[in-house]
Amino acid sequence: MLAHPLLQRLGITPREMVLHAILLTGVFVTLFPFYWMILTSVRPAQEVFSAGFTWLPQAFVGLDNFAAALAQAPLLRFMLNGVIICSGILVVQLLTAIPCAYALAKFEFRGRELLFAMTLFALCVPIQVPALPLYVTLAYTGTLDSYFALMVPFFLSVFAIFLFRQVFKSFPDEIIQAARLDGLSEMAILWQIVVPSAGPAIAAFAVFSVTAHWNDLYWPLIVVTSKELAPPPLGMMYFADNETGANFGALMAAATLLTAPLMIAFLFAQRHFIRGVTMTGVK
Amino acid sequence: MTAVTLPETGTATGMRRLGATVAPGIAYWFAAPSVLLLIATLLVPIVVVIGLSFTDYELGALGLSFLGFDNYAELAKDPTFWRSLKNTAYYTVLVVPGSVLIALALAVVICDLSRGRWFYQIAFFLPVTSTLIAMATVWKYLLHGTIGPVNHLFAAVGLPRMEFFGDPTLIMPALAIIGVWQLMGFNMVLFIAGLTAIPADLYEAAAVDGIDRPWERFLTVTLPLLGPTTLFVVVTSSITAFKVFDTVAVLTHGAPQGASDVLLYTTYLEGFQYLRIGPAAAMTVVFLAIIMVLSLLQTRILERKVHY
Repeated sequence: MLAHPLLQRLGITPREMVLHAILLTGVFVTLFPFYWMILTSVRPAQEVFSAGFTWLPQAFVGLDNFAAALAQAPLLRFMLNGVIICSGILVVQLLTAIPCAYALAKFEFRGRELLFAMTLFALCVPIQVPALPLYVTLAYTGTLDSYFALMVPFFLSVFAIFLFRQVFKSFPDEIIQAARLDGLSEMAILWQIVVPSAGPAIAAFAVFSVTAHWNDLYWPLIVVTSKELAPPPLGMMYFADNETGANFGALMAAATLLTAPLMIAFLFAQRHFIRGVTMTGVK
Repeated sequence: MTAVTLPETGTATGMRRLGATVAPGIAYWFAAPSVLLLIATLLVPIVVVIGLSFTDYELGALGLSFLGFDNYAELAKDPTFWRSLKNTAYYTVLVVPGSVLIALALAVVICDLSRGRWFYQIAFFLPVTSTLIAMATVWKYLLHGTIGPVNHLFAAVGLPRMEFFGDPTLIMPALAIIGVWQLMGFNMVLFIAGLTAIPADLYEAAAVDGIDRPWERFLTVTLPLLGPTTLFVVVTSSITAFKVFDTVAVLTHGAPQGASDVLLYTTYLEGFQYLRIGPAAAMTVVFLAIIMVLSLLQTRILERKVHY
């Protein structure tokens, strides 16, 4: 097979050409739902129900569907809730997991192995298991339907403890000892010297945590009854329930709005994100 | 851990130990917030949920009585529970091979490219980060019986239209398509990590042995070395698939005719809609047991992977 001169100059063999063609088809199929969502969000309703298939909107309605979606449900409020909940969870997760991981990695103390074993066990337990007792407790203390209720089961991240322990273990003891001789407190050593060196791991975990909680439906569905507290997935569910079938344009506009922040954040932080996944699997 | 038993000399080990040990009190202070949270939000609730599964507790009730294994006996007779378990297993059986095989194929092809690797990784990973609930409503529209583009495509190539969300036999496959779509990018990244860890000289050695066709290379070098990763991905995917909830809660509510009842959705209804905590706790214990078995498998595989 003779390669096209241009392809040769680019260093692409005919075999790679075929692979690219296959992969691009795959990309097309994978991203088609996003395309269809955005397309529908800028088309008029009658086109949605027309029998044929069209690649581009026959009539472009601009942001009408978005305006309709925003008028029907407090979508911006849902997003703000997402930001509040995700940042609240993340801050507490980091503040509690980092010292614990450091203790597990660098200190000798009685019960350390038990604590680590517990961490490994907890890593396997999904939120659905402690959900009933947590719900009953929140109900009895009158704290259901609050930001606190939305965040509390996730304050502890055993995944963060596990991950940061691995990272801290490889931090040189000599530097810690030198800092100690300089008179720094253990707290200062941890937050001023060790933590800054773990930047990439913390970033990877942060992206991971925010994605998980921005997208979580299960727990918000259980504890939240007032609309003003709903995070994006729950907001989307209210919206889909009220709108079933009637207005696909507005529904898709709402979906676009609620998916966009995280997708854009992902595109900026994809390296951290993909590193985060790799760390879960390779450990 | 071994450092403790080492005698403290002026050697490098001694230095290390010096750097690592201080009064134990400080370690407890560092670990205390996490330990308290671990106990309060996880360990105690697990014990309580197991305890509640032996009672007739209902939310708001003043008292409760001990029932022994009655809740479990009821579950064993409950057709909805069995249907949920069966549907969940069916969903898992559909999602795992789909998401693992596609991910493996994508990873192998992408790793073989001289350029464009990062672009494909991002493109295929995008669904993982998307808000599943929002994208599920998009998928419901895509698979819609009359106005969905998938059915337009079927019509164009002469296939019959399919009512994915109205036909009891098609509902779990339809949900599985969404599940595969969301999971495959995650698995692909894990496979790519596994592939990059394979030393290049193994391929060179294979070439010396006359194995140089891509397919042969894949079967003799790649696949065996990817074994532990593959097992890990299969188990992780099974756990994820077994936890299916969102798409059912927002798209189907178990319809049509209970054909999409899944374990977590049934448990959710029982516990948080009907507030029958006892039976819901029993279902949770069954769920926990299944997840624990899968997790044990996962740990075994991880240990093996470390020893590789």
